[in-house]
Amino acid sequence: MEASTSERPAAAEGGVAPMVRFDRVTKRYGALTVLDDLQLDIAAGEKVAIIGPSGSGKTTVLRMLMTLERIDGGVIWVDGEPMTHMPGPGAAGSGSLVPASQRHLRQVRGKVGMVFQHFNLFPHMSALKNCMEAPVTVLGLSRKEARERGAELLSMVGLGDKLDHFPGQLSGGQQQRVAIARALAMRPKVMLFDEVTSALDPELVGEVLTVIRKLGAEHDLTMIMVTHQMGFAKEFADRVCFFYQGRIAETGAPAELFGNPENERTRQFLSAVLEAG
Amino acid sequence: MGVRQTTILVILSFVAGLVVASFAGFREFIPGLLEGAWVTVRITVQGCLLAVVMAVIAGIAKMYGPWPLRWLAVCYIEVFRGTSALVQLFWLFFVLPHFGVFLEPMTVAVVGLGLNVGAYGAEVVRGAIQAVPRGQWEASTALNLTRMQALRRIILPQALVAMIPPWGNLFIELLKSTAIVSLITIGDLAFRAQQMNQTTLKTVQIFSIVLVMYLAISMVITLLMRLLERRAAAGLSRGRVS
Amino acid sequence: MLWDWGYTWEILPVLAGAAIVTIEATLVGFVIAALLGLAFAILRMSPSAWVRLPVGGLVEFIRSTPLLIQIFFLFFVFPKFGVTLSAFTAGFLALGLHYSTYCSEVYRAGLENIPKGQWEASIALNLSPWVTFRDIIIPQAIPPVVPALGNYLVALFKETPLLSAIAVLELMQTAKILGSENFRYTEPMTLVGIFFLLLSLISAAGIRQVERWLKNRRG
Repeated sequence: MEASTSERPAAAEGGVAPMVRFDRVTKRYGALTVLDDLQLDIAAGEKVAIIGPSGSGKTTVLRMLMTLERIDGGVIWVDGEPMTHMPGPGAAGSGSLVPASQRHLRQVRGKVGMVFQHFNLFPHMSALKNCMEAPVTVLGLSRKEARERGAELLSMVGLGDKLDHFPGQLSGGQQQRVAIARALAMRPKVMLFDEVTSALDPELVGEVLTVIRKLGAEHDLTMIMVTHQMGFAKEFADRVCFFYQGRIAETGAPAELFGNPENERTRQFLSAVLEAG
Repeated sequence: MGVRQTTILVILSFVAGLVVASFAGFREFIPGLLEGAWVTVRITVQGCLLAVVMAVIAGIAKMYGPWPLRWLAVCYIEVFRGTSALVQLFWLFFVLPHFGVFLEPMTVAVVGLGLNVGAYGAEVVRGAIQAVPRGQWEASTALNLTRMQALRRIILPQALVAMIPPWGNLFIELLKSTAIVSLITIGDLAFRAQQMNQTTLKTVQIFSIVLVMYLAISMVITLLMRLLERRAAAGLSRGRVS
Repeated sequence: MLWDWGYTWEILPVLAGAAIVTIEATLVGFVIAALLGLAFAILRMSPSAWVRLPVGGLVEFIRSTPLLIQIFFLFFVFPKFGVTLSAFTAGFLALGLHYSTYCSEVYRAGLENIPKGQWEASIALNLSPWVTFRDIIIPQAIPPVVPALGNYLVALFKETPLLSAIAVLELMQTAKILGSENFRYTEPMTLVGIFFLLLSLISAAGIRQVERWLKNRRG
């Protein structure tokens, strides 16, 4: 699969290249097209909320960016580098891209971290070990450094007293906060949040959102979240994208999109969600 | 069956065996049978060790190996599962010498049974690895672990717990299969039983004692696996019950 | 010479004849295993502990001890009570008895999968326990476990070489005799291995077909 467009992401307005660029990305499952020719730029430090009905392809966006899904067309760029592709063997500067090798994926994947809907903590490791595993084996940190980093992050998410607890001993909200700390321990530039509160009991949602809020305020992370928490998206995000049937139906600042949606689908979706909530 | 019931059963069957043995007036044969039992236990233990090693190698090679390795693993698993243990044992015993390979009968026994059970074990290993939720692989990828790192540090430790009960069954199958080594001149429990049956003709008593002895050994295996399972489960999901 | 084709062609008809004995023992043994196993499974569900526990103990006992010893036991013990069994009869009885314990576990799983509501509905309709089993429970419990039973049929088939220990002229015994007569074990033993491998692989494929068919049938 040769990429059709291969120019580096052009500097956006203000002269800064985007942190993430989806360039005409297509994803199919068999005959079903989940994402159709997706074009989306996300600036460094930007907080983007992705909303939409189920099956609209919003989770797929995150999974592709985490390289958990292969893409069927287009190129994804992260931090000025092609992620799904790499420069071909042709003469340097010829500009042709070929699908990425495992090595290339491992190299660019380090820039992205992800928090899952169902936490996916490692059940046989304590909270601290969960946070130390990848820094030690992937980044090559010493155990001491990794332990310090993990402990610091765990206390940042309010679990400084639960370092030696196993996932089975923690509530859902606590597990999800460990998962956030675990992802942060890899020092990613982009953090992905995939419906991180959907599997939680309602009374535990708040503690996780508080941590994400804190993260947004204190760090210069690029954050992309798929969420059903419209209130949180409205208050937290710089930009909201509404996905419908594999396309971005509408995008804009939260105040506009929630206050005065232009698209008929957006209006329907929002009123349905608000009615239920 | 819990650990406690199993323990009680082990003790009971030992006692029952001894009682039967002494009432039947077999005191003079007990040492001979115990000697045979010791050979059986040795073959069982060594065979089980070999089986576990082969199973892990073949199971992982079949799932993640490059194609020549994968092909080799599939052949090993299919051939050893598709033919019976006795055929394999006889083949190693009668045919290998024809190719200039002479093995001790004990070696033939351990290698034959170990390879046979290992082939079944490979499928156990594979099943347990596949039963680990996909999210664990995805989280490992998100943390940028390599496949080997994810397998070794994240997936295998979890799969291990699920493997223990089926391995318990396989170990008992191996113990039962050891009886056939008596057919290649090894003096195990089954061999001694046959021998004594021919000299004393006290068939019912001898074979009853021997069956009870096998039962006792298999219960010890069950007991050990239960304990192992309990410890492993405690290590995996500490506090999940609380 | 590693492989003698002339010898191979010479012994092949003899082995083919012995293969028939092997297959006969397999089929007769499995019929016993399937029927006795069902009886064990039902007895183990008995409301009376006096039935349930002894049967359970017997099944565990037979399953935890070697088939070879059980073959010897039946072969040598029956004559003591004045009943002389031919080696073949003792052989398939032992195979059937041993594998009935495995089959009983399979049936048990099938029976336990029947929702409680089926039993309750049968009681509500005032069906007798016997009719409930025959018309309601068994017809639902058996089809899903057919593939598992098939696996034990193959397992039983692969254990028939043990009958050579009491000189039943099945494949293994025949191969051994051929080997010792001609001082060449390579061809007969290898042919026996290939025979088992082929039939096992074919049966495995057949069982997969049945499994697929069952799955489709249930939708």
